[in-house]
Amino acid sequence: MSIPMTASQVLDREFLEIRAKVLELAASFDRVDRAEGVVAGDPRLSLIHEAINVLQSDADDRAEQVQLIFSLHYNDEWQRQFDIASGG
Amino acid sequence: MYYIDPHIHMVSRTTDDYETLAKMGCVGVSEPAFWAGFDRGSVDSFRDYFRQLTDFERKRAAQYGIQHFTWLCINAKEAENVSLSREVIAMIPEFLDAPSVLGIGEIGLNKNTKNEATIFVEHLELAMQYNQQILIHTPHLADKYQGTRMILDMLCDDSRIDRSRVLVDHVEEHTVRHVLEEGFWAGMTLYPVSKCTPQRACDMVEMYGPERLLVNSAGDWGPSKPTAVPDFIIEMRRRGHSESLIRKVVYDNPVQFFSQSQGFNFKALDASETPATK
Repeated sequence: MSIPMTASQVLDREFLEIRAKVLELAASFDRVDRAEGVVAGDPRLSLIHEAINVLQSDADDRAEQVQLIFSLHYNDEWQRQFDIASGG
Repeated sequence: MYYIDPHIHMVSRTTDDYETLAKMGCVGVSEPAFWAGFDRGSVDSFRDYFRQLTDFERKRAAQYGIQHFTWLCINAKEAENVSLSREVIAMIPEFLDAPSVLGIGEIGLNKNTKNEATIFVEHLELAMQYNQQILIHTPHLADKYQGTRMILDMLCDDSRIDRSRVLVDHVEEHTVRHVLEEGFWAGMTLYPVSKCTPQRACDMVEMYGPERLLVNSAGDWGPSKPTAVPDFIIEMRRRGHSESLIRKVVYDNPVQFFSQSQGFNFKALDASETPATK
């Protein structure tokens, strides 16, 4: 299933919204910089920069990639480590 | 357009909210048992809560023509208290034959701990023992992907589970595919900051199609919007989607999923009266 609107129509509709979101990000970064203290080594900042790089790619699953950047790793050995098994 | 909100915590909302929901076209709600904002101290607290869900809320909703259904469990946050959880699980069958009970939920994980997983499996056992449908909460934010995969592992390991009778809720872009590919129903929760927006929910309908997808508000005591489902309806319309597609997601799908429970004594409204069919 696809979106009924053309790409141009989507951009027409969302341009101002996208612009506002980018501006909010820029202002947030400025706010962090203006405040006292240093967060350069904060791993959350690295995640944010990694996510922003995804936005600049032309992949078609950017939302999923950004979600995964901010997600804990899944370890398929977890059931053995927790000694958990379902019935049935 | 008539719609059903398949996941909303009305015990946290005012009676005015019921009136607003009715005015927006809501004809049915399904309310899973959840965390009250604090950890309860005894099994009797849960007994009273289940009485509220199966009796009081049902009557309160009915005043506005909204049919109220519910799910019972001890939620993942309180599952860290394993002994209390087991007392609650042992007490739940007292309520399973109450009118409007759809099954066991919202069970799940919160911080993906061993205790949470233990109690999750014991809830599955209860559901199997009493042939109940299951509604599942997936964790928030960074814990969601890991927790959803863990939940799917436990569900898929149990060959007794009919996947068409299980709803995995709060899916987002990184979890929806896993849930649908395993044959479960998936719920998208429209909730500020920690879950999904109406726009992104529409995106997921466009990417995955409308089959086995539900959309809900999860309106509760936190910052949330009980009328979020109408926001989804408006966004779908603005994009040019058909009324029949929208109605499938917000009305037909919940009816189809819930109809698998004997507690779903829903009185359908005359479809010819809904704007969707004009």
